[in-house]
Amino acid sequence: LQTLAGIKRASILAVACFCVAGCTGPQSAFTDAGDASQVISRLFYWMVGGAVVIWLIVVGGAVYAVRSQRTYDLVATRRIIIGGGAIFPTVVLAGLLSYGLALMPRLQSPAPEGSLTVQVDGVRWWWRVRSLDPDAHAIGDTVIKPSSVGGIDLANEIVLPVNEPVEFKLSSEDVIHAFWIPALGGKIDMIPGRHTRLKLLPLKTGSYRGVCAEYCGEAHTQMAFTVRVVSREEFDRWINGQREPVQAAVIEAHPGWQVFRTRGCGACHTLRGTIANGVVGPDLTHVGSRGSIGAGWLENDVENFKRWLMKIKSIKPGVEMPQFDSLTEVELQQLAEFLEGLQ
Amino acid sequence: VSDDNLDVQPLDEAPPLELRQAQERRLQAAWARPRGWRYWSDVNNSVIGVWYTTTAFAFFLFGGILALLIRVQLAVPGNTFLTADLYNQVFTLHGSVMMFLFAVPILEAISILLLPAMMGARDLPFPRLSAYGYWCFLIGGVFICGSIFFNAAPKGGWFMYPPMTTQYQPGIGADIWLLGLSFIEIASIAAAVELIVGTLKCRPPGMRLNLIPLYGWYILVVAVMILFAFPPLIAGDVLLEMERAFDWPFFDASRGGDPLLWQHLFWIFGHPEVYIVFLPSIALIAMIVPTFARVPMVGYGWIVLAAVGTGFISFGLWVHHMFTTGLPGISLGIFSAASEAVAIPTGIQIFCFIATLLVGRVRNSVCMMFVLGGLATFIIGGLTGVMIALVPFDFQAHDSYFIVGHLHYVLIGGTIFPITAGIYYFYPFVTGHLLSERLGKWAFWLMLIGFNVSFFPMHITGLMGMPRRVYTYQSGLGFESLNMISTLGAFALSLGFLVILFDLFRPRKYQEIAPRNPWGAGTLEWLTGMPPLQAWGVRCIPEIDSRYPLWDQPNFVRDVDEGRFYLPDAEEVLRETVVTSVIDAKPIQCLRVGKPTFLPMLAAIFTGGVFILGTYHWWLASAVSGVVAIGVILVWLWTGTAQIPEKSHKDIGLGSVLPIYISGPASVGWWAMFITMLGDITAFVSLVFGYFFYWTIHEDFPPVGAPGPGWVFPAIALACALLGWGATIAARSLNRKDSVIGFYLSVALALAGSIAAASLLVYAPHSNGMDPTHHVYPAIVWVLVGWTAIHIAVGCLMLAYCAARRMAGRMTSEYDADITNVTLYWHFAVFTFTVTVLVIAGFPLVA
Repeated sequence: LQTLAGIKRASILAVACFCVAGCTGPQSAFTDAGDASQVISRLFYWMVGGAVVIWLIVVGGAVYAVRSQRTYDLVATRRIIIGGGAIFPTVVLAGLLSYGLALMPRLQSPAPEGSLTVQVDGVRWWWRVRSLDPDAHAIGDTVIKPSSVGGIDLANEIVLPVNEPVEFKLSSEDVIHAFWIPALGGKIDMIPGRHTRLKLLPLKTGSYRGVCAEYCGEAHTQMAFTVRVVSREEFDRWINGQREPVQAAVIEAHPGWQVFRTRGCGACHTLRGTIANGVVGPDLTHVGSRGSIGAGWLENDVENFKRWLMKIKSIKPGVEMPQFDSLTEVELQQLAEFLEGLQ
Repeated sequence: VSDDNLDVQPLDEAPPLELRQAQERRLQAAWARPRGWRYWSDVNNSVIGVWYTTTAFAFFLFGGILALLIRVQLAVPGNTFLTADLYNQVFTLHGSVMMFLFAVPILEAISILLLPAMMGARDLPFPRLSAYGYWCFLIGGVFICGSIFFNAAPKGGWFMYPPMTTQYQPGIGADIWLLGLSFIEIASIAAAVELIVGTLKCRPPGMRLNLIPLYGWYILVVAVMILFAFPPLIAGDVLLEMERAFDWPFFDASRGGDPLLWQHLFWIFGHPEVYIVFLPSIALIAMIVPTFARVPMVGYGWIVLAAVGTGFISFGLWVHHMFTTGLPGISLGIFSAASEAVAIPTGIQIFCFIATLLVGRVRNSVCMMFVLGGLATFIIGGLTGVMIALVPFDFQAHDSYFIVGHLHYVLIGGTIFPITAGIYYFYPFVTGHLLSERLGKWAFWLMLIGFNVSFFPMHITGLMGMPRRVYTYQSGLGFESLNMISTLGAFALSLGFLVILFDLFRPRKYQEIAPRNPWGAGTLEWLTGMPPLQAWGVRCIPEIDSRYPLWDQPNFVRDVDEGRFYLPDAEEVLRETVVTSVIDAKPIQCLRVGKPTFLPMLAAIFTGGVFILGTYHWWLASAVSGVVAIGVILVWLWTGTAQIPEKSHKDIGLGSVLPIYISGPASVGWWAMFITMLGDITAFVSLVFGYFFYWTIHEDFPPVGAPGPGWVFPAIALACALLGWGATIAARSLNRKDSVIGFYLSVALALAGSIAAASLLVYAPHSNGMDPTHHVYPAIVWVLVGWTAIHIAVGCLMLAYCAARRMAGRMTSEYDADITNVTLYWHFAVFTFTVTVLVIAGFPLVA
């Protein structure tokens, strides 16, 4: 049974090394790119340390009790029960609760007035993202229509300026989803009929990945999004670009536009500045500029657009978008290039 | 209560051999197991316990195979072994099977098997109820598991969150879950009633509360928890199925519903569920540890208090499954603190075990290895539990693979390892053979290493961002090797189970034959002879004055074997056991329990028909099946319960002459009704909770201008219901006074009053045009009205039954258990009625 304790000890050590070495990644809570995730990681390391010590003491005690041939009297054992079973956990847990719950205001307080506000709605199985300007936010809580001046409709990508708190307003259009960017902080559910909120404070520039954490049906797995944390200047550049509609003249010269139009893509998708104004699917005005296609699932390039159009039902099972496998090779190429060109 | 019966001693001399042999022949005749195909009509708890345990393990293996499918699918990124749809069915079924078809039933199965022997009883009070529960469990379980072979299994997760499981999942999968599991929950509650009444009323004389074996205490706590935890889920099932089948919008936000109500109801069940699963396994440890330490358990009182405390606290933790639903910070803080607090009673129990091991000199065995391995594993789960109970950390860990790791450490460490220890410990009790220590060691190390290799990495996978319930993942996120390791570990773990299976099912002739009481234990179940489990159970019912009578009471085994205690004979060749008082276990009745019959099986088949046919929305067939089920149950009650005995008292030996028939609070039937109705009221309170939940989330509830039930008809209905109730009470006392005409008139008045009450109550919302599909307000009113009306209808059926019994001479002024228990039912029914009227008619006046 000592071997048992040895194995556990070694495995915990291995885990600790492994984490320091290789647990960071675009979707990892260990990446610590946000204030919340840093705070929570620190809490986690303290708890792991304490847990290892407690585990060794208790299991060590149990193993000793089994192997020991000495007999103990009842008074000593009573002390063990009261001390180990009641007093020790009460003290430790009280300390842990004070530390842990004291973090709550920092994690939960709303972002200061005038901060960037992003509204995200979960839709089976993608994200309707609406960046609201701080000015628009300051106007009050009036609902801002997708096409109105204050906000612009985006999808499946979130770009944030570094070192600035951001307030997320979250809801769902159908089932319950959950909004989670592990590298920046914790998650919160998106519930139809309810409004939830989340504040994040990104501290490191870089590309990260967010996911839906609440099981939401067939393509739950493929409900992700890209997150980019950039400098303020780059953010301004980006958002100004996103605000622009599609240049009609440029568009109508492109053969892919004809395919887009005649195939009825506009019934579900919007291209701002054109007659395509559907709202069932994601806005595609700048789809070519996004970090991914298919809600964080495929890299954004012409080949993947072609795969997406032809094989959507196997790439992302359950989606409502029809599979356009009746497109000719030429049409497909034209449409894919057209979409990729929507920068 | 005097102390005189504490001094009861066994007979000084054994009865003569011929008498003993004659006694044994009569006992054998009374308890003989039916042969041939009639074997399946048996209703003895020891027999049903074996069926139940075996069936639960079969479902466990099925759930395990589903787990392996999951691990194969996740072994490599982008795997196409399972489609998304099939994967969702597989993980939903894995969770549901493990929780509803294994974890809860196995504890009830083991308890049904062991409790009579631990209590020195011939049987528990309601063997036919146990049989009914078993057949319900088998039918419902096969129905649910079978669905996956038709690609029709539920796929909403074991938590079934709406609205995903309402308008977004057409098909019958979700209905199979809702109706199939409601059906099985009935079986669970039936077993809980049996176990509570058994523990309270069927203990051997002298076994006061402070002498109950710890297993009995744990089972009592757990059965009470089942009684209060399952009804909220049943209420939730009712609401969700009403929305699916009839479009009543309880969880549809666009019509005033709220998906979060389901989450509250589900987790008010779901969190106690964890302790319902965990405590009985700890109970097994509490039996094993003293035996191998060869000393009585240290801190008996502490353990009992800790178990009761865990039970209480576990009902105040459910919100920790909902930390990320955007609830206010203050709620999160309170539930976080409560969740941490449950670690304290758990800690006390663990330290009591360690203290016992310290006091004694421990004999090592495979049993103890599984106990220790389980403890070491469970403590990791407990420590990660402390982590995720802390709200900030849960924000990251929630719904990630960290939770998958945590919950399996708790459930496998806290349940599977102790149960495996229990298998090794109790195998000789059931079969008279020992399992192999050598194979056991192989199994132990394979399971321990396999388990840790499989589930430890999941903590890291989760914090690296892998969410739960994804059917695949992309490469490049760092999940690949961790998942591959988990899969390899899962197969090692299964190999361990295979070794145990091989040992269990290899031919008996290769297994070592066990001596009597092979582990030298001190508790009553080890009175069993080898080969074990004579059909009659214990040879005679002993007088107890110790927690470990086999250790402490001199010549105890001899005295029992020679029939020197109570009830050594079955003169009338009937199945009998002794009922004792709740607190100090004074013998108060010689209870006759049911003989073998197919009626419970038939009742289960037709009850199953109600749910299974309902799944396909074949309402007429379902209703017919329901009527037949009620008919079968009535025949069962008519022929099997409250039988008037041929003599009023019986001498059970040692100077004890006990009544054979008793009614009222001393009787087991009264307790069963009382306990069942506590569960029933809990379900009703859950529905009322729903009403007020909608009130809290809406600024105007009931909505301004929406039609309501008014107060006039409900008030008149309440008056009629109170009249019916009063007439029922009058009927009971008139029957006792043998005033036959008065009795029949009262019953008629009670029937008239209650039928008028139910009709008026239903008429009120109907007359005002309340459309339950329009908004959640009329829907919840209709549910309360419907629930109440059904209870009144059942009450009327019971009254008519009593009148018929009296007419047939099966109920008299002296033998009046039927009307006494029915009156008890009516107390609860009229409470339900009153609350319904106050809520639907009174509350709108003040809201």
